[in-house]
Amino acid sequence: MFYREAGQYKTSYEADQATFPVLQDRIGMIVILAVAFVVVPLTMSSFVINSVLIPFLIFSLAAIGLNLLLGYAGQLSLGTGAFMGVGAYACYKLTTIFPDANIILLIIVSGFASAAIGTVFGLPSLRIKGFYLMVGTLAAQFFLSWCFIRIPWLYNNNVSGAIEVPTRAVFGIPVSGPNATPVTRYLIVLTIVVVMTWIASNLVRGRIGRMWMAVRDMDIAAELIGIRLPRTKLLAFAVSSFYCGVAGAMMVFLWLGAAEPDAFNINRSFLILFMIIIGGLGSLIGSFIGAAFIWGLPIMLKSVPETFGISIGSATLEHLQFMVVGALIIFFLIVEPHGLARLWQIAKQKLRVWPFPY
Amino acid sequence: MKEPGATEAAAREVLLAVENVSLSFGGVKALTGVSFDIRKGEIRAIIGPNGAGKTSMLNVINGFYHPQQGRISFKGVTRNRMRPFEAAQGGIARTFQNVALFRGMSALDNIMAGRTLKMNRNFFWQLIRFGPAAAEEVAHRRRVEEIIDFLQIAHIRKVQVGRLPYGLQKRVELGRALAMDPDLLLLDEPMAGMNLEEKEDMSRYILDVNEHFGTTIALIEHDMGVVMDLSDRVVVLDHGTKIADGVPDAVKSDQAVISAYLGVAH
Repeated sequence: MFYREAGQYKTSYEADQATFPVLQDRIGMIVILAVAFVVVPLTMSSFVINSVLIPFLIFSLAAIGLNLLLGYAGQLSLGTGAFMGVGAYACYKLTTIFPDANIILLIIVSGFASAAIGTVFGLPSLRIKGFYLMVGTLAAQFFLSWCFIRIPWLYNNNVSGAIEVPTRAVFGIPVSGPNATPVTRYLIVLTIVVVMTWIASNLVRGRIGRMWMAVRDMDIAAELIGIRLPRTKLLAFAVSSFYCGVAGAMMVFLWLGAAEPDAFNINRSFLILFMIIIGGLGSLIGSFIGAAFIWGLPIMLKSVPETFGISIGSATLEHLQFMVVGALIIFFLIVEPHGLARLWQIAKQKLRVWPFPY
Repeated sequence: MKEPGATEAAAREVLLAVENVSLSFGGVKALTGVSFDIRKGEIRAIIGPNGAGKTSMLNVINGFYHPQQGRISFKGVTRNRMRPFEAAQGGIARTFQNVALFRGMSALDNIMAGRTLKMNRNFFWQLIRFGPAAAEEVAHRRRVEEIIDFLQIAHIRKVQVGRLPYGLQKRVELGRALAMDPDLLLLDEPMAGMNLEEKEDMSRYILDVNEHFGTTIALIEHDMGVVMDLSDRVVVLDHGTKIADGVPDAVKSDQAVISAYLGVAH
């Protein structure tokens, strides 16, 4: 009833191809952005912002990165964690070399370092497909993880082997390091994620998105309509790694404040992969839903017993979390193998005709 | 009905010529010394029993298979082999025997994908989808909508093609090939698995494409009625060799063709 697009006629192709062709979607997006930019910083506690919202946004961006590669261009990759690491270490080196440069700019620039490395490790995709390619990217994951540990130059010869984020200020306001407030960091992360999501949606709806999906769905036919497979695949790797790299740099500089090589190991890659499988392959909104599900659910499960005043040992609690999250993942995959984004689509479809069944 | 056209076609200039092409996979000879030409503006049929090498021939023409011997001249340029990208850029479009659509995309996106080569706004305009990139998208959408109108598939333009019935998928695939504004259109069994009505529709589209857009068409088809009615000239392959070449009536009464299709008493 509320979500009814009947009567919203399009009189030009511009309007039909707009980012949000349906009026209700436009209103919804404005509301969400207003809440995220204004209401959240004013009302939420710094705990919620720091340990729920910032990581949710960062993982959403990494999930979008992987989704561009896997969901749109159809190239399986398990190197996400490593590409995030490349972004983080690149940003660390850059800010060491240029301590006065704007840190936000450096975070974006370190995405390019990640894009370059990602393109190199995307080269096997020119010859191999599917699971074999996944093994190839697994090599990238292990090789880069090894670099993060064994090349002391990357962490400035720090004895602990970790990178620690120095305080960096933009226009006199500290944005990274121990003095930065969660709200400042949240607003920066939010802005970067919103802009990059908008760019991703432009890409996937245009010529490049169609080229990626063509390669994903039928590479032979794609070649015949004049799509050059090597370029298209490498572009997907580059853009995907760029997103992952920026997410990785934000993870260290705007969330954790310090990171050990372990932060970018294979588990991180799997985590992002689960996010897009649960959220929905080939869907930008699915990346957000998946990140919210995988990151938010354990936190919710943790707080549920507390609110009822039940005390469970922390070790037991952690085991319970694993079991419940695992069971829910299986449950959702059985109910909707195409991910939560498809459920969202179905819900919208139902709302469109409500209260009638069809 | 096509007789006048046939004599006329023989006088036109050659668009594509294959000369003495041989192709083998290991010990299996798919094509042996096949030569024929396709002239501008004609409808050229390639027929033959199963396994005769018809699809292999199309694959050679658009560069999927690289023949061991022979030459291919297209628009006056002679090559030993085509590359798929060169073929596409030169204006060769193709449909497949078993539909090769991009199943996860809408019909509209599939046909828009056919315009890829014509769209050249660079990556950075694509990022912001504003100004030139947006204008380009709209300009090509206009052309794509013309094709959608022509093929009468406006009602399914936003439907994911994987969910469409077979006949419509074939039509979308034709639309995607037409979106390339091809000079030469290769159709691999465009009517396989269709009922009579769908075949009639498809025949009409093929004739219209040929007449209105002046597109040269090479088609493989097993329905002899369709082949004889549509085509200006027919080439017949059997076991990878050419056994006949000429106007439909001559081919129909050719003894080698009859024995290839029906078998000969030994």
